Amino acid sequence: MTEQRKLEFRDVARGRALQQRLADLVARAGRDVTLMHVCGSHEQAFARYGLRSRFPQGLRVQMGPGCPVCVTDAPEIDAAVALAERGYRVLTYGDMLRVPGSSDSLMDARARGARVDVIYAATQAAEIARGSREPVVFFATGFETTAVATAAVLLNAPPANLFVLSAHKWVPAAMEIVAESPETQIEGYLAAGHAATITGCGLFEPFVERYRRPVVVAGFEPLDILAALVLLVEQVLGGKAEVVNAFPRAVTKNGNQRALTALFKVFETDAGEWRGIARVPRGNLRLREAFAAHDASLRFSGEFAAPKLPRDGALECCCGGIMTGRLTPTDCRLFGSKCRPDTPVGACMVSSEGACRIWYDLREREASE
Amino acid sequence: MKGDPHDASARVRLAHGAGGPAMRALIESVFLDGVTDPEARALGDAAVLPLGDRFLVLSTDAHVVMPPFFPGGDIGRLSVSGVVNDLAMAGCCDVLGLTSSVIVEEGFPIESLRRIHRSMQIACAEANTRIVSGDTKVMQKGEVDGVVLSTSGVGITDRVVRDSGLLPGDIVIATGTLGDHGLAVLSARHALGLEGELRSDVAPLNGLVRAVLASAGSKLHAMKDPTRGGVTSALTEMAQKASISIVIDEAALPLSAAARAAAELLGIDPLSVANEGKALLGVEASAAPEVLRALHAHPLGVHAACIARVTEGEPGAVWLDTGFGTRRLIERDDLPLPRIC
Repeated sequence: MTEQRKLEFRDVARGRALQQRLADLVARAGRDVTLMHVCGSHEQAFARYGLRSRFPQGLRVQMGPGCPVCVTDAPEIDAAVALAERGYRVLTYGDMLRVPGSSDSLMDARARGARVDVIYAATQAAEIARGSREPVVFFATGFETTAVATAAVLLNAPPANLFVLSAHKWVPAAMEIVAESPETQIEGYLAAGHAATITGCGLFEPFVERYRRPVVVAGFEPLDILAALVLLVEQVLGGKAEVVNAFPRAVTKNGNQRALTALFKVFETDAGEWRGIARVPRGNLRLREAFAAHDASLRFSGEFAAPKLPRDGALECCCGGIMTGRLTPTDCRLFGSKCRPDTPVGACMVSSEGACRIWYDLREREASE
Repeated sequence: MKGDPHDASARVRLAHGAGGPAMRALIESVFLDGVTDPEARALGDAAVLPLGDRFLVLSTDAHVVMPPFFPGGDIGRLSVSGVVNDLAMAGCCDVLGLTSSVIVEEGFPIESLRRIHRSMQIACAEANTRIVSGDTKVMQKGEVDGVVLSTSGVGITDRVVRDSGLLPGDIVIATGTLGDHGLAVLSARHALGLEGELRSDVAPLNGLVRAVLASAGSKLHAMKDPTRGGVTSALTEMAQKASISIVIDEAALPLSAAARAAAELLGIDPLSVANEGKALLGVEASAAPEVLRALHAHPLGVHAACIARVTEGEPGAVWLDTGFGTRRLIERDDLPLPRIC
């Protein structure tokens, strides 16, 4: 066997002990407990390790609006597609390629000859622009985790031909949408550890006070998640509502002040539409005026196409209900029939962090059990 | 529907070449349309044609890897290994000869062609075979991207192994570390700077397979090389063809430290990316220790490990036991794209 380092946070025996503790707690409660996480990386970890397959009956953990790809609005994608079709070189992150806008995705545009390239880091956008004499458009998506990287590029002598089309979102707004939804059954929230390394866990305190629901910040290894779930269920059963940092090896109370300073030097929050969910006050991150010279939405404002009618099936899409925890993917009529990974209608079916995509991959297993 | 190969207006998409369900749908609707020959319909990596009381084994393989030179190998080594391995997976370890067609773009450096040719010669020597015929075409700049190689091979064998022969109770052995080729090429293609010790495993396997056949005899039930689509696609196809289930023990998977790190960093499942110098063997449980010993004694098999067992469960299903739970492995049509956050 090759080097097989023992990974502390993947210790199966400790995992079993935590799974047993969860089972005991839920059994003692004698009722269902419904929790929510708000992060695509958490959903991936649930699916990756098959965690739900060993949950006690009665424990449900739903996925909230935690996939940045899924909440990117169709008109935002239309704008990127329009620029690509106009002949501009467009760079973006991998998952964004296949998400349909009102009618087409960037991948469709590429199949027709547009120049669309996948990048893995915001710094690559600056490097590509430096090596080019023509305008380069970076379709920048993601929550504050990737927005900080975009900010760092714009603060570090960006080339004049680099233009950022920002679809960045501010994640703390996400939980508020869910908590304010009148039908919500959510009793506690698992918060995303990586976003909290930037924002700090103190950010959740006003939320906890206002909505009286516990929040536990969790990492992404299986033991991180199981331990955080135990802490969350303990609070729910004890009638408590506190912020607990279960990811202290990365998250502090006040977060990464340098990153936050950079973020808000470049971006300001603004109300914006989150796909299928709602218009979210302070939900979008738009470039400040000082960076107007690099703002694709200003530089190319005359070149975006007129708003398009939604594509076939889009009106029936339930992504919004799914991302707010009111519905599960299998509640959607399109799921698995008209909407599949090869012909996605909603963004949740495209992104590897989307609830529908993850459920589609697990669907037959659910049916077989 | 967009992408449905039966639709007259449908166009070929990249997914049609990813080795997964979309590719099989394309083959079914276009290349097998009207074809009744059972040997073609078996969709094996090589064709097996009876020749007296022996079998002629024939295979062909086209290679378009980008970039053509990558850590651990190049397109030349890949083209020879690819076809030799297709023959070896059918049980044919004596490769009589290969043919090679080269389609090259105007402006391609001749020194690079020479390098490719040299590494084809080296791979042929390792596989104890030779290139006996070839063809060269030059396309105008822009009509082909760099260089395309198409290689065919032929051999004779007494015994045929299929990829459809798994039986409940069998053990699946991987002949070495998994995911190295796909991760090394992906890293080189996107200049991710992760190369380090990450190297393609591209190698001809007929010598290794010869050792396996000698050790396992008739207890070797099935064999397949996990190329495009990786272990997930290969095992899914084996499970479907044999109508059995396969349960992988994640803790037993042989992964190099470099591949493990690259896969974690990029969010790519190492079971979903290509290997070019590995085989998956389905053997009777009683023969597994002996086969492992034979593999460990071969330079290409030192990291071989038992990774899965075959069960009677749902036909065609491949499961991964992570130690924290179990999930089903599903083939993906899209090319692995790293996550964004």
